[in-house]
Amino acid sequence: MGDPITMIARWLESQLLGLGLSPVLVTLILAVLGVILIASFVLVMDIFLVWVERKVVARFQDRLGPNRLGPFGLIQPIADVIKLLIKEDITPAGADKFVYNLAPIIALATVLLLWAVIPLAPDLVGSDINVGVLYIVAIGALATLGVIMAGWASNNKYALLGAFRTVAQMVSYEVPMVIALLVPVLLAGSMGLNAIVEAQTPVWFVVVAPVAALLVLLTGIAELGRAPFDLSEAESEIVAGFHIEYTGMKFGLFYAGELLHALTIGALVSTLFLGGWRGPGVEAIPILGVGYFLIKAFFLYWVIMWVKYSMPRIRIDHMLNFNWKFLTPLSLVLLMVTAILDKLLENGPYWVYVTGMLLANLVIIWAVLQLLRSRARVERVRVAEPRPVAAPPGSPASTTTL
Amino acid sequence: MANEWLFIGVFLVLAPIFPILAILIPRLIAPRKPNPLKNQTYECGIETVGDTWIQFRVQYYIFALVFLIFDVEAVFLFPWAAALKQLPLFAVLEGVLFIMILVVGLVYAWRKGALEWV
Repeated sequence: MGDPITMIARWLESQLLGLGLSPVLVTLILAVLGVILIASFVLVMDIFLVWVERKVVARFQDRLGPNRLGPFGLIQPIADVIKLLIKEDITPAGADKFVYNLAPIIALATVLLLWAVIPLAPDLVGSDINVGVLYIVAIGALATLGVIMAGWASNNKYALLGAFRTVAQMVSYEVPMVIALLVPVLLAGSMGLNAIVEAQTPVWFVVVAPVAALLVLLTGIAELGRAPFDLSEAESEIVAGFHIEYTGMKFGLFYAGELLHALTIGALVSTLFLGGWRGPGVEAIPILGVGYFLIKAFFLYWVIMWVKYSMPRIRIDHMLNFNWKFLTPLSLVLLMVTAILDKLLENGPYWVYVTGMLLANLVIIWAVLQLLRSRARVERVRVAEPRPVAAPPGSPASTTTL
Repeated sequence: MANEWLFIGVFLVLAPIFPILAILIPRLIAPRKPNPLKNQTYECGIETVGDTWIQFRVQYYIFALVFLIFDVEAVFLFPWAAALKQLPLFAVLEGVLFIMILVVGLVYAWRKGALEWV
């Protein structure tokens, strides 16, 4: 018993082979059809995401959000797309035209490429390559390239500042992300995403490695360049950052790419830590997995939005300190502890393994919180010391040493 | 297995087509009336002064260097992590020793002030 889409693919394969086409050509045709299916599924979801985003942010800010076009404003994103398509496309003078036009293409195409390996249901995966996690890391890093190219090619100082900030930010947050991604690989014993999902039985990896899940989600938000890490497009500082000179559909591609990337991070974390397509009844009816997967992905997307609309922007030096002096050491410690514990507990009963892992994670969280608390106290004492105050010369305050 | 990579290859070729189409459609239906004033670089209403593509600070290179070391290290660790279930405890501890050496590197960079944003 398979899911309908795999069944259709098998049927189509046998039909095409029956027509006398060579097996290589049939594989190629099926691959092209599969790519178009996945890409259009993702892009349709992307249009829907605009509506979700606007509706949810409206609720966070105690507004109604789009509610005029169609039921609950559902047709609003389609109107937005039409508007973007008929807007004039302005290329600023002095821009590097080739790179300028290539940047939005890369920004969206790389996010689409990530969906090639994410398993939607037990058999429903574009390509179940055995280095899935490595592929995700590689393509995820490419997405940054679009931002950098846009900022550099626009011939605008604000855009360049945005690109600079992106370089520092992405380059830094990649490190704890990659190290935290090692944890599910280590627990599953495989780099294939479907193998990782299949290994999450009977408990999801979020139970065994909650710290790693948090780290991946956090660094994922930083990779996205979303608030509180949206330094590359900080509206109040550098107007719109890297996409300041883009108009019409080119801006729309950046916007769509960002929203889709956020959902992709949610999908990735749900695949690696929340069991992906796992849920009750999936063994009997595999197509249910798509539903479970989307529920988990959208839940995490909602968490990312929740963070975005609740947090103020972080200053760049704070952000880099947070990454290099906190997240990176934490991820390294976590990796070592997980590796050793996994080896020590693997021969014991399963419940001992799970409790041991969970306890180790809780101890790490507790130790980190204690460390942060003591550091914050030191910082508070340092800040509370009286500082020299500017006062007019001759006044009593200017002569007394504080 | 080759089929899986064929799929990735096809995806790699087809994925840019969607955004390219989205850029080409406005060429047909959107108005196109450029003028020098409209094409000026945006800078809050004033004319931009000087060259945009300037030299930037060396700090970015230092962060990039530290990043390079840790990212290459992580790539080395991926096979170790994937094979961990079959490895004896000794090999696991060797991997941990490798991470420890990198922790020393991080501490060195930290003490040297390479991680300060000035």
